[in-house]
Amino acid sequence: MLLLECPWCGGRNASEFAYAGEPMPRPDPESAGPAEWRGYLYLRANRCGWTRERWYHRAGCRRFFEIERNTQTHELRPVGGGAGGPDE
Amino acid sequence: MGSSRSRFSAYSLVRQGVSGRPWPRMWRRHELESSYDAVVVGGGLHGLATAYYLAAEQGWSRIAVLERSYLGGGGSGRNTAIIRSNYLTPDGVRFYDHSLRLYADLSAALNFNVMFSQRGHLTLAHTDASLRTMRWRAEVNKIEGVDSEVIGPDRVKELAPSLDTSDRVRYPILGALYHPPGGIVRHDAAVWGYARAADAHGVHLHQETEVVGIETSGGRVTGVRTNRGLISTPVVANCTAGWATTIADMVDLPMPIQTFPLQAAVTEPVRPFLHTVVVSGSLHVYVSQTDRGELVFGASVDPFASYSTRGSLEFVEGLATHVLELMPSLDRLRLLRQWAGLCDMTPDFAPIIGRTPVEGFFVDVGWGTYGFKAGPAAGQALAECIAGRKVPALIEAFALERFETGKLVGEKGAAAVGH
Ligand SMILES: Cc1cc2nc3c(=O)[nH]c(=O)nc-3n(C[C@H](O)[C@H](O)[C@H](O)COP(=O)(O)OP(=O)(O)OC[C@H]3O[C@@H](n4cnc5c(N)ncnc54)[C@H](O)[C@@H]3O)c2cc1C
Ligand SMILES: [Zn+2]
Repeated sequence: MLLLECPWCGGRNASEFAYAGEPMPRPDPESAGPAEWRGYLYLRANRCGWTRERWYHRAGCRRFFEIERNTQTHELRPVGGGAGGPDE
Repeated sequence: MGSSRSRFSAYSLVRQGVSGRPWPRMWRRHELESSYDAVVVGGGLHGLATAYYLAAEQGWSRIAVLERSYLGGGGSGRNTAIIRSNYLTPDGVRFYDHSLRLYADLSAALNFNVMFSQRGHLTLAHTDASLRTMRWRAEVNKIEGVDSEVIGPDRVKELAPSLDTSDRVRYPILGALYHPPGGIVRHDAAVWGYARAADAHGVHLHQETEVVGIETSGGRVTGVRTNRGLISTPVVANCTAGWATTIADMVDLPMPIQTFPLQAAVTEPVRPFLHTVVVSGSLHVYVSQTDRGELVFGASVDPFASYSTRGSLEFVEGLATHVLELMPSLDRLRLLRQWAGLCDMTPDFAPIIGRTPVEGFFVDVGWGTYGFKAGPAAGQALAECIAGRKVPALIEAFALERFETGKLVGEKGAAAVGH
């Protein structure tokens, strides 16, 4: 079981959280075309290694937060906490 | 079959048994050549089937399959081997039905017993909403000539007496979608059968050969870089399932795919008692009994994206709880093993097959949790697509462009959890 560090509640089992995936800035509905919406809806980096992602503390404080996770080893670290950042 | 390969038959079994000589190797090793006419990345069922059909049906030679690890080491050797064609969209039903027909004749076509067994497939409904989806599926299936019908709890009990069909449970069984052509095929045998037959048709199978880059020039593929050197080729087929985006990244092609692990587990063997495949979407579990007598269980994908194939205790706990709700008599059975494989999930639960904007770069990916049953049809269609100028009608709906045009192939109601 992953132990996730909620910035407000501290370390909790991953089963208390909902995975919200890679952060995707919502396009501006006034100006965005189909290609931008397609990217927002469907395209993700799906990186094998360090990624930055959002989680929702569903069974806790019900707040969203971002964290960095290695998708191969499941190591976790705070955003920007690693030596090389998410692209390392 | 090539001259060096012996043909499997009752006669060869007896001869080999009496002589005590070792069986010949199923496929050969080759030097890595500096150029091929086509390079298939990924030595799973889909990559091997593509190479086989490209050689056997399209008459191509000089084909290489590059596999980073060993043949069948990905999802193809880790799946729960369920086949069925009771999908939700007409495009899906036609495609999977064709794949099942190819499976039916595969042992003869490949001269390798894939242990094809159409034992029937039950998808249980525990809610009115799922019964409604099942009626819809049954109607679409019938129109496409696929045998499927909605049945009541009494008939479910006849087909699988070990199921608790009483109303004393949390989620009583209200009915089921019964699909007689569904069943199981031995997954390793399908992989090895295609590998052996591809080898006999001159395909070079290179294990422990990892693709680390793809060379392009003017928007066309010109070669692949591997840990064993550079290969020049005008055609690259990406058949890497869970790793699909890592390969597509090499040609800067964004793909609507996310990788999620799927876990499975198997019990100790017991006498045959379960003669159909049983799936419960509401309880997130499915089960079948192998020819050896083991029960094979699966569930839904893990709750977050990952490239790790570690199993979790959470999974077996949840699995045991749900299985015992369905079949209380299994409470003394012991689990022997659990494992995980990677699934390349698409937004609409349908695959992505065919050409891409990069000339010479083909894909057969997005197979998520349901690509084992699809291997023969996908390999055959992709080979046709690579060799011909036209995209075969069977896979037109599954083109990458659909995420731009908005013509998604919504298979979630038939593909999530239920395999
Ligand atoms: C637990 C589980 C249960 C499942 N149950 C079912 C089921 O019951 N029915 C069903 O129809 N489907 C099922 N599936 C889905 C099915 O297993 C897959 O869709 C299918 O096996 C995909 O086959 P493939 O050949 O495309 O990919 P894979 O078999 O995963 O092969 C991809 C290969 O690519 C190789 N590779 C990756 N990167 C590189 C690189 N850079 N260079 C060279 N090679 C590389 C990998 O090593 C791997 O061998 C299940 C999956 C899992 C995990
Ligand atoms: Zn919290």
